[in-house]
Amino acid sequence: MSKKREFISGDEAVAIGVKLSRPHVIAAYPITPQTITVERLSEMVERGELNAEYMHVESEHSAISAAMGASAVGARTFTASSSQGLLYMTEGLHYASGGRFPVVMMNANRSVALPWSIYGDQRDSLSLLDSGWIQVYVEDAQEALDMMIQAFRIAEHPDVLTPMMVNLDGFILTHTYEIVEIPEQSQVDAFLPPFQTPNKMCFDNPKNMGFSSQPNDNTEFKYQQNLAVLNAVKVLEQADTDFAAMFGRKYNGMVDEYQSADAEVLLVTLGSVTGTVRDVVDEMRAEGHKVGVIKIRYMRPFPEEQLQNLTAGAKAIGVLEKDISFGYEGTVYTNVNSALAKVGNTVPKLNFVGGLGGRDVSKADIRNMFLKLQRVAAGEAYKTVDFFNLNVETNE
Amino acid sequence: MSRPVKQNFIRPTHIEGFPVGPQFTAGHLADTNAGWRTFRPVVNHDTCIYCLRCYLVCPDGTIFKDNGKIAVDYDYCKGCGVCAHECPKNAIEMVKEQL
Amino acid sequence: MSSANTLTRITPKNITDQEFFYGHKACAGCGGSLAVRLALKVLGERTYAAFPAGCMAAVGFIYPQMAFTNNAIITTFPGVASMASGIAVGAKALGIQNFKTVAFAGDGGTADIGLQALSGMIDRGDDVLYICYDNEAYMNTGIQKSGLTPFGTQTTTTPAGKNIHGSKTQKKNLFEIIAAHDIPYAATASIGYPQDYIDKVQKAAQVKGPAFIHVYASCPTGWGTPTETSVEIAKEAVDCGLFFLAEYENGDYRLTRNPKQFASVADYLKKQGRFKHLSDADIASIEAHRDHKWERMRRMWNHQ
Repeated sequence: MSKKREFISGDEAVAIGVKLSRPHVIAAYPITPQTITVERLSEMVERGELNAEYMHVESEHSAISAAMGASAVGARTFTASSSQGLLYMTEGLHYASGGRFPVVMMNANRSVALPWSIYGDQRDSLSLLDSGWIQVYVEDAQEALDMMIQAFRIAEHPDVLTPMMVNLDGFILTHTYEIVEIPEQSQVDAFLPPFQTPNKMCFDNPKNMGFSSQPNDNTEFKYQQNLAVLNAVKVLEQADTDFAAMFGRKYNGMVDEYQSADAEVLLVTLGSVTGTVRDVVDEMRAEGHKVGVIKIRYMRPFPEEQLQNLTAGAKAIGVLEKDISFGYEGTVYTNVNSALAKVGNTVPKLNFVGGLGGRDVSKADIRNMFLKLQRVAAGEAYKTVDFFNLNVETNE
Repeated sequence: MSRPVKQNFIRPTHIEGFPVGPQFTAGHLADTNAGWRTFRPVVNHDTCIYCLRCYLVCPDGTIFKDNGKIAVDYDYCKGCGVCAHECPKNAIEMVKEQL
Repeated sequence: MSSANTLTRITPKNITDQEFFYGHKACAGCGGSLAVRLALKVLGERTYAAFPAGCMAAVGFIYPQMAFTNNAIITTFPGVASMASGIAVGAKALGIQNFKTVAFAGDGGTADIGLQALSGMIDRGDDVLYICYDNEAYMNTGIQKSGLTPFGTQTTTTPAGKNIHGSKTQKKNLFEIIAAHDIPYAATASIGYPQDYIDKVQKAAQVKGPAFIHVYASCPTGWGTPTETSVEIAKEAVDCGLFFLAEYENGDYRLTRNPKQFASVADYLKKQGRFKHLSDADIASIEAHRDHKWERMRRMWNHQ
């Protein structure tokens, strides 16, 4: 059987992945650079390709609120947002995870105001790591499409029942056209069964939902919620395996890696920049440099053990991220450093902060990071946080 | 049963006994409200004309029809006195609870 | 002739014996809980009910004490209308039939923080009955001023002192804000006129699409009134003209109660702790505002 391929953008790939997942309700509010996804979905509904209710909500707060309402009666629900919109949803994000509503969301990673910028970085979703959502970051349009399908299966699993956010770098992924393989609907249906849960409002077994708990019970609910996100590790790994068996594409679960086994210096990445880093690894490997890359796919649950193992042989490690927690360091770095500290990994660990507000992270930038890691491994002094590629002189 | 009654609730001792997230059986009552009351409504059936005004206006729904007579669920009546105040025949008396 | 008139009128004699809001921890004499109780008895067991964080949520869902015998859910404070929309749309998408979705929120949850979501719900035409129980302040947090707190009210954020004489603003015109959406049905009601309220809930429940009821509901704790007078004081508010009973249907406003003579505003106000401080001049200004409003309603609206 010949495979169906289309030349589409990341946003369009998301829309197709959502359509193939057969959601009952889509509630979303437009925001650049997510908009094309919801435009395509509304067109699919109009054409009758997608049998879903499309809700024209008046805000992102209402988007997540409506999605939760539909989920509370047992509907499969999808929403999408970005940046300011995602932050406007914040109350609902915590609410959805605490309520155990397995809503799936696409987030187009975009800079957060002020200053205003419609361009990409990852400060929006990374500032919401504590909201209780499963967070995956994809690298290309194919992975975006595939992860929409996997996301529903992971989020709706009875051991998980936790909302999931699929993150795409704004513009770099959302608006870039690539050749994408479109899965067969029948295969998607076999991979992703309908959403079933006893934990919903129904007339045979009425429920009171979203209740309050007193101090003697509240910790138990939070313990249970933490357990649910940890349970997602097995579930997402199984989904990855089953997906590979059915569709022939494997993403390696929590983390992916390239040339890390014998690497002396490693870059840890998140999202679309990974592809560029791979190219630089190839170029530098050809010159004899032992460099490699580890791509974090899931920020929650966090691939602690995988990172501990994959970095064990490195002499210096860099975390490259489009984020800064002002006054400290990048959030990805904090998480990676914490994981490695637990196994006593004391090699130098640098935090390369850049790509903010849509600035390009070039091959030359990445080469410089590897070279710096090599010098640091050899004993050069370093500062942890490195705002690489600043366009001005500073006092540092 | 037209009104829920107090259930014997045993708090789960293992996390797997907890509800999955904050959702639970509708109408599950683990507690009564009787302790809130300082006065209890007592219906005088001789003067009561069964107009159902008290049944209509009870904020707690604790006044019910019992085979053509007005009755009160004293497990859940808080003793607010709306029923007695609204009764057109003064057929409900608020009587001080004996502690 | 509305479709509701062809139905059997629900009265205390034939209303279901089933109680749907029971064993809750609302204050004794709570007017809001009566508004919720009566509406749910009209709507019946195939009802999804949504409540934002507020009094009814706080008193009805304290694990393991679940006071609603029907399906019910607490929503975010601003999100009751949007979550109710999602429930209605989700149930429809699942093919569930013969059900009603109702949202209940207080004055703050409706006229302030929830107004945007409510506007969206009406705009989309979602099949939800939204009931605002108006006790004229944020009671759950301890009696702070809301957009529906009337002029002169003492609240914990509008103290009645020499400089600030209670709330300095008038109630927002919520009913007309909602009607301006061209909503299929909107009404005002009062728990002091419970049969009228039941009639309006019954009528609103027949609407396929958004409907709205603004029900005046006393709060003895926040108003400084004896618990037993909760229904009476809500009736007096209508009788003295500080609240009004009306409907908006097919684009027309209609007063459903048009008193020939108003009862005394001063009597109504002086029974309540929240108005005790008002001077004669304050009361005269409240009466003038009332007369201005009624003159306009009588002139502009059809009425019986």
